[in-house]
Amino acid sequence: MELPSRLEGNVRVLSPTGRIDHAHADEFQAALTGYLAECRAGGVPVVLDFAGVEYISSVGLRVLMLASRQVSAQDGCIAIAALTPLVREVFEISRFILVFRTFDSVAAAVAALAPPA
Amino acid sequence: MKARFWGTRGSIPVSVTAPQVRAKLIAAVAAARNLPLDAPGAVEAYVDSLGFDVAGTFGGHSSCVEVEAGGGEPVILDLGSGARPLAGDLLRRFGPGSPRTYHVFMSHLHWDHIMGFPFFSPVYIPGNRIVIHSCHAEVEHAFRRQQAAPSFPVDFGQLAATVEFDVMETDRDYAIAGLRVRAKKQLHAGDSYGWRLTDGSRTLVYSTDSEHKLDRPEERMGFVEFFRDADLVIFDAMYSLADAVSVKADWGHSSNIVAVELCQLAKARRLCLYHHEPAYDDAQIARVLADTRRYEEISRDGPPLAVDAAWDGLEITL
Repeated sequence: MELPSRLEGNVRVLSPTGRIDHAHADEFQAALTGYLAECRAGGVPVVLDFAGVEYISSVGLRVLMLASRQVSAQDGCIAIAALTPLVREVFEISRFILVFRTFDSVAAAVAALAPPA
Repeated sequence: MKARFWGTRGSIPVSVTAPQVRAKLIAAVAAARNLPLDAPGAVEAYVDSLGFDVAGTFGGHSSCVEVEAGGGEPVILDLGSGARPLAGDLLRRFGPGSPRTYHVFMSHLHWDHIMGFPFFSPVYIPGNRIVIHSCHAEVEHAFRRQQAAPSFPVDFGQLAATVEFDVMETDRDYAIAGLRVRAKKQLHAGDSYGWRLTDGSRTLVYSTDSEHKLDRPEERMGFVEFFRDADLVIFDAMYSLADAVSVKADWGHSSNIVAVELCQLAKARRLCLYHHEPAYDDAQIARVLADTRRYEEISRDGPPLAVDAAWDGLEITL
C-alpha cells in the first residue's frame, strides 16, 4: 500500500487510500511504522487523512490501536481526519471513535496538532 | 435442529434492577400518550410495538443453551445459571417419572459455566443419566469441588442420577446423541473449547469465551473453517473491538466486529451474539445488536448474514 506523505508546517499528513482490510493491513502497518518514530514529544505530529479510505476492518483498526499506543508512549500526537461517513460508522460501531482524536478536515486536524510557534 | 437459550449473560448472572424497570415503564407510558388504547387488544398491540429493550429483557442467567436435534436425548451446552430454568422446563416437558440420558458439552469450567449444575434437578432423580462431555481433563474434579463442603449443602456423591464424565479430544468427529460433534480449542484462561454440532442437514457452532488475536491469520482461518457454512454461530461478543484489543486484551473474550467478520468469511448463515457483558443494560445490548447488523451491511461481500442477540428464552429453529 502506498502511503503518500506531506508536511503541512511541522505536521506530517499521511493519506492512505482504498481498503485497510485483511489483505492490506500489514502493508499499511509497514508503511505507517516509519513515520511513528518521529511522532514524539517535540517531534512531528501525525495526521492520518482518511478521505480516501473506503473501508477499514478489525485488523486495520488494530494497526491504528498499535500506532496510538506507540505515539502515546512517546508523548506524541496523532489524529485522524476526514473520515468518510461509512468509515466513521465503523469507528463508532467498534468504539474506536473513543480511542482516536478525529477531525472533520485535515486543516482542522493540522491546526489542532501543530506545535505552537 | 432447534436452539433454546436459557442463559446468555457473560461472567456472572445479573438481574434487571428496580430503576431499570422504572425507566422501561416511563418510556412505555410516555410513548403511549394520546394513543387510542381502548379497543380490545390495543394495549397488547402497543406493547408488542415497543422495542425489546423496553417491552422485554435480554435476561441475566449465565451460559446455557439447549439444542434439540433428531436424536431425542436432550443436548445442553454449558451449565451456567440458566440450567435451573432449563431443568424446570425439561421436567414440565418430560415429567418426573421419565428417566433419560442428558448430554452436556462444556466450553470450560469457570464458575459461570458450571454454577447451574447443582440446581439442575434431573441430577436428583434416580434413573437419569447425565453425560458431561468436555475437553478438560479436570472436568470431574471441577464439578465435585463445586458441591463439596463448605460451598454447597449437597455433596456430589449424594446425587441420585448417574453422572458420567467423558473427556474428549479436539479436532476429531464423534457421534453423540444423533449428532456429529467436533471440538476446537479456543484462547481463554485455562483454555476453552468451541463445539460444532451437525445433525446431517444443519450445523450449529457454539463458540463462547474465546478471544481472537487479530495478528494471527492462521488462527483466524482455523476458526473460519470451524464456522464454515454453519446455519448458526453462537459467538462471544462481550466487548467492543476497541476494548477487546486494548484495556481488555487477554481477558479471553471477543467482539461483535470479529463475530461478523469470521462468520462472513465462513459463509455462515446466522450469527447470534452471546455472553453479554454483565454491566450492560437492555438498551446497551439492543444498541450492540443494531450496530452489529449495520456493520454486517457495511462489510457484506456475499449473501447476507442474519444477526440476533441471544436472550434468555430465545428459540432459533435452523
